Amino acid sequence: MLNLAINIAFCAIGLAMLLCLVRLVRGPDAADRILALDTLYINAIALLIVLGIRMASAVYFEAALLIALMGFVATVALARYLERGNIME
Amino acid sequence: MMNTATALEWLVALMLLVGSFFTLVGAIGLVRLPDFFMRLHAPTKATTLGVGGMLLASIAYSVNHGVSLHELLITLFLFVTAPVSASLLAKAALRLRLKSRAPLPEDPASGH
Amino acid sequence: MIRRWLPYPLLSAALFAGWLMLTGDLSAGHLLLAAVLGAAIPRISAPFLEHLPRVRSPSAALRLLLRVTWDIVIANVAVSRLVLGPTGRLAPVFLHVPLALSNPQSTALFASIITMTPGTVSAVIDTENRELLVHALDCRDPDALIAEIKERYEKPLLEIFGC
Repeated sequence: MLNLAINIAFCAIGLAMLLCLVRLVRGPDAADRILALDTLYINAIALLIVLGIRMASAVYFEAALLIALMGFVATVALARYLERGNIME
Repeated sequence: MMNTATALEWLVALMLLVGSFFTLVGAIGLVRLPDFFMRLHAPTKATTLGVGGMLLASIAYSVNHGVSLHELLITLFLFVTAPVSASLLAKAALRLRLKSRAPLPEDPASGH
Repeated sequence: MIRRWLPYPLLSAALFAGWLMLTGDLSAGHLLLAAVLGAAIPRISAPFLEHLPRVRSPSAALRLLLRVTWDIVIANVAVSRLVLGPTGRLAPVFLHVPLALSNPQSTALFASIITMTPGTVSAVIDTENRELLVHALDCRDPDALIAEIKERYEKPLLEIFGC
């Protein structure tokens, strides 16, 4: 039962990441691409949490935490760059 | 004892399905919705119930298996950061005056 | 006395719990380190926290937390239906929500709550005109939605922080 649910979750998240890639490629604007990347890293975190359950290991949480930190900083930097044309003032 | 373990396993499975469903809906919204400001709603959904469901599954799972509470920290972090990145992206899109079905407000630079 | 050593008890408690969750280790050494961090960080950063509003009504805060959690679940289901249904019929709109809150931190919390409850994303906190610019995914009656947002989230926040 649990294994089935885990497999379904893997498929759903994988499909979700593919859809994010579609938006990443299609754009049409830079803002859309940043949004796609933002969603992509959040899906990666979800994937790692499920992987942590599957492997019964805490190692993946470290990775998920790092992705969360890096992803947020990247989104903020890109969005600010888009808005102002520079990151630092 | 056996019964609570089985019930917990069902709960984990249910939460996983709920989480993955909303994650998928968020991504579908990202592709289907027609303009940027509407698409902005998709990641907020994926973080809230998507990762939230995964978190509950993980916590229910760790009751039996003694895994740490890191997921809670990750989810809290996402809940704090998601509104900030959404707002920054919206500001950038308003500044660029991206195509929008909702009429854009008059003065997009009013945030500063 | 307590105010002197722990000027922000809630922040200290959050730092203490956060450190323990991060390490996942309840040994004496980490408990001590968490206590030191929880005590030291708010004291060191006190000059930056000058305007941090204090929680006046913990019961109201708890009620708001439960309400927001519940709303996230309900609104997610509703928005999922909108996303999966025909998107041509959606009527998105920008709302100008006038602010009764004045404190920057409580305003930011208000904006975050609006974003996290799906169907609405707050875009700009306009401190000059004291209003929030909010994008709603599907809204037929903007005035009713503005009134509902203010009633459901801003009123409890005013009760909790008083500003």
